[in-house]
Amino acid sequence: MQGNSYIICAIESGGWRIGRPDSPVVTPNHFHLLDRFNNALKRKIFALQEYFVLAGKSIGFIFARPFYGSDIVQQMDAIGVGSLGIVLLTGFFTGMVLALQSSVQLKTFGATMYIGRLVAASMIRELGPVLAGLMVAGRVGSGIAAQLGSMRVTEQIDALNTLGTDPIKKLVTPRVLAALIMVPTLTIINDFAGILGGNVIAAAYVGIPTSLYWRTVWEQIAAGGFSLRYIPHDFIHGIIKPLVFGGLISTIGCHFGLKTSGGTEGVGVATTRTVVTASILILVVDYFITQVLLAFLGS
Amino acid sequence: MNESEDRRAKRPPGPTDIDDPNRQEAPIRRSSDEERVRRAIQREIEADRDEPRPAPANTMEFRAANVVALEHVSLAFEQPILEDVSFNARAGETVTVLGESGTGKSTILKLLLRLLVPDRGKVYIEGEEITQLPFNDALSVRQKMGMVFQGAALFDSMTVYENVAYPLREHTTLSEDEILARVREKLEFVDLDPDRVLDQVPSELSGGMKKRVGIARGMANNAKIMLYDEPTSGLDPLTTGTITHLIMKLQRELNVTSVVVTHDIRSAFRMSSYIAVLNNRRIHFFGTPEEMTGNSDPYIREFLGGF
Repeated sequence: MQGNSYIICAIESGGWRIGRPDSPVVTPNHFHLLDRFNNALKRKIFALQEYFVLAGKSIGFIFARPFYGSDIVQQMDAIGVGSLGIVLLTGFFTGMVLALQSSVQLKTFGATMYIGRLVAASMIRELGPVLAGLMVAGRVGSGIAAQLGSMRVTEQIDALNTLGTDPIKKLVTPRVLAALIMVPTLTIINDFAGILGGNVIAAAYVGIPTSLYWRTVWEQIAAGGFSLRYIPHDFIHGIIKPLVFGGLISTIGCHFGLKTSGGTEGVGVATTRTVVTASILILVVDYFITQVLLAFLGS
Repeated sequence: MNESEDRRAKRPPGPTDIDDPNRQEAPIRRSSDEERVRRAIQREIEADRDEPRPAPANTMEFRAANVVALEHVSLAFEQPILEDVSFNARAGETVTVLGESGTGKSTILKLLLRLLVPDRGKVYIEGEEITQLPFNDALSVRQKMGMVFQGAALFDSMTVYENVAYPLREHTTLSEDEILARVREKLEFVDLDPDRVLDQVPSELSGGMKKRVGIARGMANNAKIMLYDEPTSGLDPLTTGTITHLIMKLQRELNVTSVVVTHDIRSAFRMSSYIAVLNNRRIHFFGTPEEMTGNSDPYIREFLGGF
């Protein structure tokens, strides 16, 4: 039996012996799992702090001179006009599939005339903002991270600093501002495309006249209630969400982009992290915004 | 002689020869290349043999205040990078920091630009201590300096013109005409043809041209202090010579103070008033190139071994 005598764990002179009796003693000094956990936690918290400082600065700089007007317009073009195609396409098809699925469900109750209400409710409150957010996160968030990341690894960020420009002001603020303006705009376009897609299916497959479809769409919006007499609650839901998503996507992209290290491989890592983090946060934050808005608006 | 051999014999040598597995003339051609380069370097060294190297201004009359100085600077990130590093450069001098790769040479430049703050010690620019400056004041100190990055770090979304004009647009109230005139002047100074390169983007330029545009951008603000990070790395011997020449021209004609970080000993000897050798996180040697060649320290001898 000699040689087969295993000791799983033995405490010995202030340390642990794990495995065979002749394996080295692990002293608490070497057994730094807790230390590593501690350091990892510190790094995470530090990164989070960095993120909030960046986000705060980038929004604060919106109101501070000098203004980089041409950069803002350029970013609005890249983020907004550049994403128009995919947002129109995804919105239109989502609206079509919503109408198609709900027509099947509503037929069992003989209520197919309410397709418009269903499509409008889902598109304006939830699918429009979330879909536009996810699309922009994939297309624009990754682009921001890749661009700033390669600027970081080719020392262009250092060059900006050296030339007396604050990179946050020059690079981050225009992107954040452009996203804050363009993501809600894209969402409105997305909502409209979706409702239009529903209209096409309702008219072509289900036989609902276009005028009835749009009347039910408006009924749904009105049923949600109004703030300040004229602003439908549906619209408040549908605008606040993309505003928050736009801020999230741009600041996360800039954060990971500016933090890039390790050459071209680092740029890839930054891009992936941005898309994953932004997408998850969009879905999580969406829930909490809904919760808060429902509590404040009542519907 | 079969047909294919016959054809190869007649065909003039071209780039397609690289694909030819039976290629035999390659070694001969390479050695003639070497010969050509050696001759060119020889010519170039002889050409500026008579040019005065920036003389160390160490007589009392010429001793100006330190333009750039590090005083007992220590810095550590995860592990120590610099320990008790001190050196200075007076007006019009070129100080070169030599050292092996990864010894914290570039960190010194970042300290001078206050992109980093030392853990201990002080950094002076034109007699002013910049270590504790708040961020906004640091931006104005950086404008006194022109930095040339290792990879030139030109903004690749902008043209050459916009790159060189960037510091002018950012910090001066010059009119567009004045900016254009200044950009042309600087591009001509670095021996580039403004009409040809103004509208090109950095990706269209060769490595040497990028470095020149980087130098033009660094000096656009008429900076009196120039910092160079590995100005000659990744360049062929001929371009290395011309960039070294350019740094000397800047020093000679505009009397700028330069700090050069490099591991290119040959160009360091050509252009430096003083050389600082960084070894094991400390300044191992500080002196003129002549003092360095006469030094009997084993590390210095080893460092110079290849020269």
